Amino acid sequence: MAAPRVLQQCRALPHLLRSSCLFGSDPSSNLPKGGILQYLCDRFYDIENVLAWREKQKYSKIERQNRYHGHLKEYCGDDIVAVNFTLYNGGGVRFKGQEKWLRPNKRGKYSKDFLVLRDVLVEAIDLSGSVVSYDGLDNLVFLTGLKSLDLSRCPNIDDWSLSRLHVFKDSLEELLLTGCPRVTERGLACLHQLECLRHLDISNLPSIANKGLILILLEEMLPQCKVVGMDYGDGVALDPGAQMSGDEMEEPSIPSRDRKAGEIPA
Amino acid sequence: MIQPGRLCRALGPLLTRPLLGPGRRLHISHPQRRDLFSDLDKELAKFQKKLKESLPASDWNPMGITKGLPPEHADVVIVGGGVMGWSVAYWLKALETQRNALRVIVVERDPTYSQASTVLSVGGIRQQFSLPENIQMSLYSAYFLRTINEHLGILNQPPIDIHFNHSGYLFLASEDRAAMLEENVHIQRDHGASVSLLSPAQLKKKYPWMNTDGVAVASYGLENEGWFDPWSLLNAFRNKAMAMGVCQYFGEVKSFSVASKTMCTEKGDVNFSRISSLQVQMPNSLESQPVVCALVVNAAGPWSGELAKRAGLGMGSQGTLESVFLPVEPRKRYVYVWHCPDGPGLECPMLIDTTGAYFRRDGLGGNYLGGCSPAEDEEPHIQDLEVDHDFFQEKVWPKLAHRVPVFESLKVKSAWAGYYDYNTFDQNAVLGQTPLLENMYFITGFSGHGLQQSPAAGKAVAELILNGRFMSIDLNNFSFNRLLFHEQVLESNIV
Repeated sequence: MAAPRVLQQCRALPHLLRSSCLFGSDPSSNLPKGGILQYLCDRFYDIENVLAWREKQKYSKIERQNRYHGHLKEYCGDDIVAVNFTLYNGGGVRFKGQEKWLRPNKRGKYSKDFLVLRDVLVEAIDLSGSVVSYDGLDNLVFLTGLKSLDLSRCPNIDDWSLSRLHVFKDSLEELLLTGCPRVTERGLACLHQLECLRHLDISNLPSIANKGLILILLEEMLPQCKVVGMDYGDGVALDPGAQMSGDEMEEPSIPSRDRKAGEIPA
Repeated sequence: MIQPGRLCRALGPLLTRPLLGPGRRLHISHPQRRDLFSDLDKELAKFQKKLKESLPASDWNPMGITKGLPPEHADVVIVGGGVMGWSVAYWLKALETQRNALRVIVVERDPTYSQASTVLSVGGIRQQFSLPENIQMSLYSAYFLRTINEHLGILNQPPIDIHFNHSGYLFLASEDRAAMLEENVHIQRDHGASVSLLSPAQLKKKYPWMNTDGVAVASYGLENEGWFDPWSLLNAFRNKAMAMGVCQYFGEVKSFSVASKTMCTEKGDVNFSRISSLQVQMPNSLESQPVVCALVVNAAGPWSGELAKRAGLGMGSQGTLESVFLPVEPRKRYVYVWHCPDGPGLECPMLIDTTGAYFRRDGLGGNYLGGCSPAEDEEPHIQDLEVDHDFFQEKVWPKLAHRVPVFESLKVKSAWAGYYDYNTFDQNAVLGQTPLLENMYFITGFSGHGLQQSPAAGKAVAELILNGRFMSIDLNNFSFNRLLFHEQVLESNIV
């Protein structure tokens, strides 16, 4: 009874070793590297549980880095909470009336000098490239004077996080979302709450399919805002017999490389 | 090398000459024995398969087995494979204390999901309710949808994307309903929902395409409200539950076998029943399988009233507690899709008019979908899902055109119809069990807001099954017992 099973597994082994570790099927971190680990994971609950626990640890790590720095709220106020959070995550802060940006040094250390500025409003926050996520925005939502927010290249900023930015509708003037891989047009639709927004940077958003169309719709939605980072011609394949760009709204033809699997073009 | 095939073909005539009289050969067709050698590869494969089946660990049966027959014993049988059924299945497996402590099976009648309410749903989620329980369930479900990959993510599979649009719900209220709307907004804010109140002037500024005649106040959900793809959610629940050990079977539950104990009181006898087993009939077949089970979860949606009747609930004599049946019946609702090139843009929310008509943007190409709930006396027939286009012309279009003048010129592209699992008693969920039929757990009666509460409701019923009481959200107000005591729990914000 055991013999046929062992025979099957022996037959699979050379095939496994051939499908080598060099070509991991997906650059995303979900898959175990290498054919043998994958093989074991598919057949043994223990190995699957260990790998699933490892995945869960990644979520826990992000959660820990985005925790709410509430211990400072009572003594110093919400602005200092935001400053502490930003500096802890390697970002930069600029206070109102000041030119200089406060940033941690190369090793991530920062001085606590900003505590003297506990009554000054924070004007600009630079969290580009950091691990800030939906939960991390708990630290920022109480800011009343925030004019500029830079969330470029943040891998954990998605549509849900953008839906939290409505709290800045009276103050935010500049929003930078360059290179955020998880932001789609569904999240950009909820930016219409930001009535004071004057500068929006949406270059290099890989999850958006019809870039030209989105640009037009965003400009209609936020008439006083300057949207940079996209061209009207993005995502439209123009051939010699093509009509004017006014037809874009009806039927944009998307080249296959821009079309994501599962997304139905409007 | 001599090839065996050629050799045997050459020897063929010699081997197969029948022993008839001299010179007479009976030729009707090629004799059987010749085929064994000419198709050697196929014959060898067949022989290998037969050998494997004769080994001890195979499921070969001389009488043949029907594929997809449910097991004879199961701990929990979930009747109904929609989003509610699979939500309960997932949560039972997620919350059970030991792995494989419960054997859970899901029995679904229609493998194509052609009439399932889940997949025909418009897919909206909102927190703008008047009952605290509804608000809390929706808030939990929004949290669940936000962290869906942590809950329902499977190792080595691509991340789940439910296409959540965060555009929010906008409720418009006329003068007479303005006070109730404001009161509801206060209740919603108390329970943690972010809702803002807008005056007609603010509405006009934000949404210039809207005609604010007759609107006294509006409420807009700022966070955790919008719409998403119900099919993705259903598949996510299903795949995760199946990965955790829940099995799916296709078949219809035709009858129950119920044991009862009688309690003699001076006012009469009361029968306390318990389901001991149920009969599942295979699709397109007369064959049925009895499944002995400990608990049954009634997640049959619009047909849960009929299922409860099959189990004997509500079949008692008039005036007694046993005559109380589950008042859930199917109600047909239409959804129309139209195209309007100059309509509202990206900021268009799910707008619910003062008259009850609603619409939302669908995609980026100027398409919108919407409808209206008909009045009580104009309910359409429920025997099929045919769409009545006159209803749009007479009842829906005028209301929408009044509210959004650009919709005067629109072109209907398509339409579909789906069933609400409508609770005729008070249009709210029925969760939990009843002492008269001890082991049937209800998770039905949502009357149009089921999909958005499915994660929370599934978790609640799973907690009820595993722990005996609600642990995270207190949903005792939605128990079946309110039907026995005639206490309505009404929700005023029904769409």
